[in-house]
Amino acid sequence: MKVMIVGVGGQGTLLASRVLGAVAMDEGYDVKMSEVHGMAQRGGSVVTYVIYGDQVHSPVIEKGEADVIVSFEELEAYRWVSYLKKGGKLIVNTQKIDPMPVITGEAKYPSNIIEKIKAMGIDVTAVDALSIATEAGNQKSVNIVLMGIMAKHSGIDCDKWIQAVRRTVKPQFVDVNLKAFQMGYGLA
Amino acid sequence: MLGNEAVARGAYEGGVRVVSSYPGTPSTEITEEIAKYDEVYSEWAPNEKVAAEVAIGAATMGARSLTCMKHVGFNVAADPIFTVSYIGVNAGMVIAVADDPGMHSSQNEQDSRHYAKASKIPMLEPADSRECKEYTKKAFELSERFDTPFIIRLSTRISHSQSLVSLEERNDLGVREYVKNPGKNVMMPAMAKKRHIDVEKRTLALQEFAEECEFNTVEDNHSKIGVITDGIAYQYAKEALGNQVNYLKLGMVYPMPKKLIQDFAANLETVYVIEELDPVIEEHCRVIGIPVVGKEKFSLIGEYTAAQIKEVVLGIPAPFKYQVEENVPIRPPVMCPGCPHRATYYVLKKLGLTVSGDIGCYTLGALAPLNSVDTCVCMGASVSAALGMEKARGKEFSKKLVSVIGDSTFIHSGITGLIDIVYNKGNNTVIILDNSITGMTGHQDNPTTGKTIKGEPTKAVDLEKLAHAVGIDRVRICDPFDLEAFEKVVREETEADEPSVIIAQRPCALLKSVNYGAPVIINQDKCKKCKMCMKIGCPAIFINEEGNITIDHSLCNGCGLCMRMCKFDAIEKVGK
Repeated sequence: MKVMIVGVGGQGTLLASRVLGAVAMDEGYDVKMSEVHGMAQRGGSVVTYVIYGDQVHSPVIEKGEADVIVSFEELEAYRWVSYLKKGGKLIVNTQKIDPMPVITGEAKYPSNIIEKIKAMGIDVTAVDALSIATEAGNQKSVNIVLMGIMAKHSGIDCDKWIQAVRRTVKPQFVDVNLKAFQMGYGLA
Repeated sequence: MLGNEAVARGAYEGGVRVVSSYPGTPSTEITEEIAKYDEVYSEWAPNEKVAAEVAIGAATMGARSLTCMKHVGFNVAADPIFTVSYIGVNAGMVIAVADDPGMHSSQNEQDSRHYAKASKIPMLEPADSRECKEYTKKAFELSERFDTPFIIRLSTRISHSQSLVSLEERNDLGVREYVKNPGKNVMMPAMAKKRHIDVEKRTLALQEFAEECEFNTVEDNHSKIGVITDGIAYQYAKEALGNQVNYLKLGMVYPMPKKLIQDFAANLETVYVIEELDPVIEEHCRVIGIPVVGKEKFSLIGEYTAAQIKEVVLGIPAPFKYQVEENVPIRPPVMCPGCPHRATYYVLKKLGLTVSGDIGCYTLGALAPLNSVDTCVCMGASVSAALGMEKARGKEFSKKLVSVIGDSTFIHSGITGLIDIVYNKGNNTVIILDNSITGMTGHQDNPTTGKTIKGEPTKAVDLEKLAHAVGIDRVRICDPFDLEAFEKVVREETEADEPSVIIAQRPCALLKSVNYGAPVIINQDKCKKCKMCMKIGCPAIFINEEGNITIDHSLCNGCGLCMRMCKFDAIEKVGK
């Protein structure tokens, strides 16, 4: 299983990939994850890979290979969609964050991205995870809302996911994140 | 476990007692992890040279030691490392160096394997987290056996990938006896000449060892095609080629075996060398008479992919891909909302200054819309290069020139450049961007923060006194968010007829202690759409679909810099 988690630096993609990695590890799979740190993290386009199965070699996913892409932002979904394999699934948060070239007026934010991706024949689940996270009590738990949706499609028991969320997030944020997870899970 | 965590674990289990490093992506987490073990002394040093020397001192006195750095950090540490190669070790010493193929967070793409050959220090290269732990642990033992430091070479995808690792107990051997031995430990010509002979003997012994080293492994899949590979490239090759070819995976990349490679290649029709960056293994193969396919088919640049390898070796084209016809705007990294550097660069741009830049988050000041930084070379170069700029173009030019350098980078190697400015009568203005932390690499303490790696209070370097002490008479401290005052200070100091230092003080917006309270909102009734607030390039400020300038509350941290930009008081705090 090859999962890509993409978004904008600072949105919490790293934590999401660690939750998924923990779940896969608990299931007894060989797991590899690849992350980005340093300059690449500063508000730029970020991608983390989580790969699990009987035996995993490469820690990265290439074009046309991903089973699932979880995107924290619409433009990032568009940027990385070519990494999806034929028949792969896209889970996308409908939030839009203008990149600097759009803010400075050098480029335009593409319109109707989700419709365009659907028109490519891709299975898309689009949700407003930011609103859900805000409702759950903390807008920073967008990542866990999206993991809730991912969980529903993972074929892995919901309780295992809940344990992984408990273990991965900071103690003071466990309650709000579990609520965010349940709301995401209930949606999908 | 992250590759870097596994290196830390390997060192811990291998009985390391002293660790000294300077942070640098992708190597930073090794030392951060080590700091969690109470049995191990660990520290952030001012730079990689100092860190390596601390590790050398510890190993000489009988404690197993480790120093960690990124590839460009090795350049800084190279001086002591080349000579400790002659000295050797008392207790084991390991140098971990992390390369960054693809330059995720670096200014160049150098291949550290050249350093192993150049310094004659053996190098191991793990290909996943399990090997990171195993190789590091073993490296201490081998270091003592062969009387040389060992280098562990990592790369971004090894350091920052997670894979499974099993833990073992720590093997603490205590501190070895120290016996005074100037012939071995004092490197001056008479002694070094003798030691060089020993080094060459050692290299021969290591070449023998490479033939049977457990980290050089052959995988025979009864194919007529062979692949010789190392590190992360092995994983890509396995992903691409599975069991369709034979593999020789080199876990020891310096020195390399001869007979092992010759035997591996003996009955093969084609041998490919698959290695990222430079043709280090390839050239070795050619020297020992093995014809291989290497860089004529594979790139010298960036990271490899399994798809590429599959296409070259098996002739199978890349799989189906969804195509996006439209142009997707790039999303380069930006300074965070609330970043103090944003204000600094706004002022420097407004004044039309030439900016000699340096390494850190603040290098992002080169990008639109601030477009402020003119040059960036390496740690510390902002200061010394500015003196060169002045000497090239004269004192008047220097009055429209500033250096910008972070607090940690200034301590790393900016101070020596400042001394050069004073000593050689420069007129430069150096702005120290003092954000109270090492920002880019993820908030490490440094000599100016008053805390050690373990969070213990310690003396902090006083940058103001330091500048005075080296002979700078004009030292100003100013908050860049106070835009008017800061502009005045920069104007006065650049125009002055003597060198000066401006300490631009405001903490990194990501520090826990920084809390600007509620986000801000644009009152659309008052907004004249003059776009002044957009000149600072804050990622939270954008124009929405209705054409109104808007603030994204999921990004805004309420720093209020944009409020200071607005002449119409149209930006307001929503609550406290």
